[in-house]
Amino acid sequence: MTKGGRVGVVAALVVAAGAIVFLAVGGLGKNLVYYWSPTELLDYAKRPEAARDAERAAVVRLGGEVKPGSIVHGDGASDLTFVITDGAAEVKVHSTAVPPQMFREGIGVVVEGRLGPDGVFRSEQLMVKHGNDYRPPKDGEKPDWKPEDGSPVL
Amino acid sequence: MSGALKRVAWEHWVGLAGLVLLGIGSYVGLVEAPPERYMGEVGRILYIHVPTAWIALLTLTVAAVAAGMWLWKRRPGWDDVQVGCVEVGIILVAMLLVQGSTWARPTWGVFWTWDPRLTTAAILLLAFIAVLALRAFVDDAYRRATWTAVATLVAAVDVPIVYYSVKWWRTLHQDFSSPETVAGSMTLPLRINAFALLFLATWLVARRARLARLKRGTRVLEPPKRSALVAGE
Repeated sequence: MTKGGRVGVVAALVVAAGAIVFLAVGGLGKNLVYYWSPTELLDYAKRPEAARDAERAAVVRLGGEVKPGSIVHGDGASDLTFVITDGAAEVKVHSTAVPPQMFREGIGVVVEGRLGPDGVFRSEQLMVKHGNDYRPPKDGEKPDWKPEDGSPVL
Repeated sequence: MSGALKRVAWEHWVGLAGLVLLGIGSYVGLVEAPPERYMGEVGRILYIHVPTAWIALLTLTVAAVAAGMWLWKRRPGWDDVQVGCVEVGIILVAMLLVQGSTWARPTWGVFWTWDPRLTTAAILLLAFIAVLALRAFVDDAYRRATWTAVATLVAAVDVPIVYYSVKWWRTLHQDFSSPETVAGSMTLPLRINAFALLFLATWLVARRARLARLKRGTRVLEPPKRSALVAGE
């Protein structure tokens, strides 16, 4: 191998190793955020740039847990109101998306939309975040399990 | 072993074992194992999706090792292994994305979202397709192997990023599964299929490497300047 070729290979390896280290311990982890928690969204809403972003109709993702007992069904299957919580802060969400079958109280969700001036987050996209737990149905549960409170699955 | 069996290339036995295991694992996963408590029957995609992910990342890791070995030892065999691993790895990652989308729509509610796990996995597919595209542009075998190796090492940076993306960033995708998070009745088909895909990937990589080696051994023969069978000579 020529001297120049060897330098190129070493350079490629250094760049590759550097990229991994940067991603692992660098600042990107903090800056790359797929969704905001309720606490972060409410903090942001107090800042001046929130009003500017609202004018541009900027859409954000909000993620957290569906607060048990907070789900209220409106007209039709897709009109839903519920509260997303991260344990510290809560945001009321009005969703007009058809919820996935797994949507239920206590499950993780990510919604896309905007926080209105009335403090209600209006969303047209509702995604369910499933944990890494995989369990069989409990005794007596059918595979096509439905929520215990009788709320519709879809 | 009879002579006829001896003539069968070793990798075919690995491939056969892989197919048998895939049949057993799929039967256990689809029939014997229980449905998932919340996902129901669709949760059974777990038994192919997770093994596909493991073996895809493993295959591309081996591609990076082969790339490094080519750059170090310069034995043509390492280039054969690296091209086999890259090609099979691309197929596995493409399968992974299709399986994931199929699973995501009924459970998450969307086919695709640009969360860090999905985005880095898509980059992985495109990066290794780019490696093959680069390879196709280089005629000289020695330089082709070197260029492929360097490109493979750069693309392989994404392998640990895909793996750790669910730890480093917030994702819609679930965290790692482990024996603690998967019920005992569900780990058996997962493990069987993991070995099935390991054997099938080994089979395909070995076939591809053998093909590359045979191609390397063939010389393009120029036609004789004058035919030896010209009448009158």
